[in-house]
Amino acid sequence: MNEEQKLADFEARIERGEIIEPKDWMPERYRRQLIRMMSQHAHSEYVGMLPEGNWITRAPSLRRKMVLLAKVQDEAGHGLYIYSATETLGIDRKELLDQLLNGTAKYSSIFNYPSLSWADMGTIGWFVDGAAIVNQTMLAKSSYGPYARAMIRICKEENFHKKQGYEIITTLANGTAEQKKMAQDAVNRWWWPSLMMFGPTDKESPNSAELMKWKVKIKSNDELRQRFVDLTVPQAKAVNLTLPDPDLKLNEETGHWEFGHINWQEFYNVIKGNGPMNKERLKARNEAFEKGKWVREAALAYAKKHNN
Amino acid sequence: MTNILDKNIQNALFNYILGLGDDRLILGHRLSEWCGHAHILEEDIALGNIGLDLIGQASAYLSLAAEVENKNRTEDDLAYFRNEYEFKNFQLVEQPNIDFAYTIVRQFFFDVYEGIFLEELAKSKFEQMAGIAKKSIKENIYHTRHSRNWILRLGDGTEESHVKTQTAINDLWKFTGEIFSENENDNILINENFAPDLKPLKSKWNEIIKSVLNEATLEMPENIGFSSGSRSGIHTEHLGHLLAEMQIVARSFPGAKW
Ligand SMILES: [Fe+2]
Ligand SMILES: [Fe+2]
Repeated sequence: MNEEQKLADFEARIERGEIIEPKDWMPERYRRQLIRMMSQHAHSEYVGMLPEGNWITRAPSLRRKMVLLAKVQDEAGHGLYIYSATETLGIDRKELLDQLLNGTAKYSSIFNYPSLSWADMGTIGWFVDGAAIVNQTMLAKSSYGPYARAMIRICKEENFHKKQGYEIITTLANGTAEQKKMAQDAVNRWWWPSLMMFGPTDKESPNSAELMKWKVKIKSNDELRQRFVDLTVPQAKAVNLTLPDPDLKLNEETGHWEFGHINWQEFYNVIKGNGPMNKERLKARNEAFEKGKWVREAALAYAKKHNN
Repeated sequence: MTNILDKNIQNALFNYILGLGDDRLILGHRLSEWCGHAHILEEDIALGNIGLDLIGQASAYLSLAAEVENKNRTEDDLAYFRNEYEFKNFQLVEQPNIDFAYTIVRQFFFDVYEGIFLEELAKSKFEQMAGIAKKSIKENIYHTRHSRNWILRLGDGTEESHVKTQTAINDLWKFTGEIFSENENDNILINENFAPDLKPLKSKWNEIIKSVLNEATLEMPENIGFSSGSRSGIHTEHLGHLLAEMQIVARSFPGAKW
């Protein structure tokens, strides 16, 4: 079979809704797009541990401390799981990690914002994990088997993450005046960056068309963003918190919540590395890696001495 | 059961359980400091797991302590609203992480103690306390396997890891003496078969530590210069900083629910 026939076959399989497995033939471009997307996802889980990790030692009750620690630890598990799924495409974790550490790989822009108060733990769970659920529920139907299966497993935990976040926010919103203020402040800071998490608008998204043609993605950035807004607005109302968008209003005809203009200049700035925490996040990852060098070497030397 | 206890015993029991809770809370807190900063993702998960187990146990002990005290305090009141001198954890567990070798050595010393201790505590006549101990035995087996394996890898890994680990052992050694010491409080409970007698257990601990260090090509230090007094609230300077961080949010909003 020549390449052209293989590609036609592959696209027919996708068309029929078949799932592509690692050993199946796939166009190089499909493989590369998946590696890019999945590794960005894995890096996001890994870097995403930092803003919440920042509050584990200050969690205000034992239960909250345990839930937050368990949550951040789950994210480590997600990272590991998605790195493994990416390895099925013929690249190893070490190479992916190098790309993260030397700054050439991307990860979700949201984690370049600082976590400034305890209420951020609520808002991150509510918005960021909430947005992740919207995105990952779609990816669970992705055409690449290992990615889809990873998403199904991860989504269960994301639901718990979102729940614990919304629970924190609900408690604060119903708490003392100071707690309520803290909650509103966090919502104000995280709302717009959360909308940006879904990526550029469909018009500006360079990879979207191809990813959707191959059913790696089933829905577009704008569709997913809209779904998130529609889900979140009523949740904010339910706890009497205001979303910082004066243009937010329900379109009675479509049933969708229309929202104001997203500051895309900020988004591209963060993507380029100029967000409030880009340098710190990368520095933290590099520091952990450097400080751990002797430990990894020791483990390797020990294994060599004792395993053969 | 707690409301029929003799005042003396009730008080001794409260202090004793508080100590057990504090050990696990402070050590669990130290491990949680690693979350996101370990040398490899797998270790972020492992240290997080162990920290979670310990904080979970702490929560159970502190809630039992509050019940024994019977003054309407909760486990959170005990964790977040006591001062340095009211904490009864071993000085060993409050020592800072410094590096992975210190973290593992501190953990290994504690895990081996915990393994020996839990088996005895599980026989306590005070059933609620014995119950928590029984539940933690399985967790301890996993913790000990983890720290023991790392002692072997670090001790018998590279020259650098060997030196770092030996340094940690030498520095932390002086904090190990008090984990088998008994005070008056303990003696009241030992007489009632509420708490195990620790004296016979010390040699068992020594044996295990010695054999693992030996296998890891590491040296066991001499028994000199032991610190003590943590069970009555004497600590190193590190505890105050740890508590300042741990308690800051809870204390900044008195009366708030979380
Ligand atoms: Fe995740
Ligand atoms: Fe999550």
